[in-house]
Amino acid sequence: MKVTSKIYTAIIFIFLFAPIAILLVFSFNEAKSLSVFSGFSLKWYRELLRDEATLQSVRNTLLLAVSAMAISTVMGTAASVGIMKLRSKWLRATLNVATDIPMTNPDIITGISLMLMFVFVGRLLGLANSLSFWTMLIAHVTFCLPYVILQVLPRLRQMDPSLPEAAMDLGCTPMRAFFKVTIPEIMPGILTGAIMAFTMSLDDFVISYFTSGAGFQTLPIRIYNMTKKTVTPKMYALATIIFFVILALLLISNLTDKKEEKQKQ
Amino acid sequence: MTKKQTPFGGAVLAPYSLWALLFILVPLVFVAYYAFTDNAFAFTFDNVARFFTAKSVVDGVEQRTYLVIFWRSLKLAVISTVICLLLGYPLAYIMARASEKRQKLMMTLIMIPMWMNFLIRTYAWMTILQDTGILNSFLTTLGLGRVHIIGTEGAVVIGMVYDYLPYMVLPIYSIMAKMDVKLLEAARDLGCNSVSVLRRVIWPLSLPGVLSGITMVLIPSVSTFYISQKLGNGKFFLIGDAIEGQYVANNLHFAAAMAFILMVILLAAMAGMKKFTNHRVYGGDTL
Repeated sequence: MKVTSKIYTAIIFIFLFAPIAILLVFSFNEAKSLSVFSGFSLKWYRELLRDEATLQSVRNTLLLAVSAMAISTVMGTAASVGIMKLRSKWLRATLNVATDIPMTNPDIITGISLMLMFVFVGRLLGLANSLSFWTMLIAHVTFCLPYVILQVLPRLRQMDPSLPEAAMDLGCTPMRAFFKVTIPEIMPGILTGAIMAFTMSLDDFVISYFTSGAGFQTLPIRIYNMTKKTVTPKMYALATIIFFVILALLLISNLTDKKEEKQKQ
Repeated sequence: MTKKQTPFGGAVLAPYSLWALLFILVPLVFVAYYAFTDNAFAFTFDNVARFFTAKSVVDGVEQRTYLVIFWRSLKLAVISTVICLLLGYPLAYIMARASEKRQKLMMTLIMIPMWMNFLIRTYAWMTILQDTGILNSFLTTLGLGRVHIIGTEGAVVIGMVYDYLPYMVLPIYSIMAKMDVKLLEAARDLGCNSVSVLRRVIWPLSLPGVLSGITMVLIPSVSTFYISQKLGNGKFFLIGDAIEGQYVANNLHFAAAMAFILMVILLAAMAGMKKFTNHRVYGGDTL
């Protein structure tokens, strides 16, 4: 790399990481101030661990993300298999448009549209609270599905169609050929799709904001409610923990990658 | 080829088709339904008309409330998108030309902020840019004067650029990484200087990445409401704030009307852009 490129890259990364660095530093601040560092302390971490509402919201977020991931991965993989076999051009085009909508529409419109329907149906059913865990789960599965399909469908297209045929010629039932040949062949796509679904669900704020009820709070919504009032560095402690969890996960995935490469060699 | 390749037939597609119908298409119908009805669900144009005609007095000047808000959203989103492109394009280029190890590292570094909750990151910018914040204490230590940024349109643009820059870099990078280096060498051999290699080879080839980067930055910036609430100090209402405000006030029909208008405008813009892409990139309306 040339010197100018190096300097340029460094400036951009400083811009990207400056706020994160400040979060890390001030999470250890003794005082409440977010601009003057007055001494090292772990007191905000202790307060965070005592904040039952925030801890509950972390558990809720994980529960929702795992459920949304599981449902959207299974349904999205099945849908991809179905789309591949589709002969009707018209139906394929319609499904493509439907899959595109949650990805291109702004989150606020996806959120509002689902909320309006839930409220309307809730009123028809005479429910006092039409928004709950279930409406959020439906919303999350809806915006995760396109990501799964977009990962699995290209894998299916790349796969040699004679592979499952060969398995059937050798005596496999179509069902067995599907699970023994097709699924392992497209597994990388399924895994990437599942990981994307999980992270999208984990990080979503806007759609959750419109589709969540009072009884079920996820972490982004909890953070939103906390930043409405003046924030204590407790939240910075939380951000620091999230940062190190991400870092650890990245290191682990990096190490396993390297191991795989070595094994291949 | 045998006909029976999958064991499940049409049944595998049924759940997704039903899901897409119920939770993607029907909700959009509900947006239109709420937009064109009043509280008693009787047909009306009032909500949509209100968006275009509502007036309010700001600093002694009468103006069309929501049109001004919409115009401001569009302006800030376009400015942010242009800045993201100007900052992101060179970075994507540098990344694509770096060694494989460096590319991997830079990819990871770009994605780490995306995984951190954007609410907290935006909030961190608020504390940095505050009048008593870190930026200003830094400037005063250097003997420079204080700057007032928080609550200005500039602060909102900084927040948008910060939050959405990775969405610009990644699609451009993925196109550039696939670009054949031989093409650039050939252009040079045929007498192109660096500027014309960029203008006549690299830029046209990277156009699909640029266009998807533009949509990925423009759409969230035009519809955001958290960034403007925090960094604009609530003084800069954007269309997202207007929709969210009506939702909180339980004016669902007017919120739906604004969402409907925003959706129609964005759909028209996307369709126009798709036409432009087909024309410029594939040399005509091939699709």
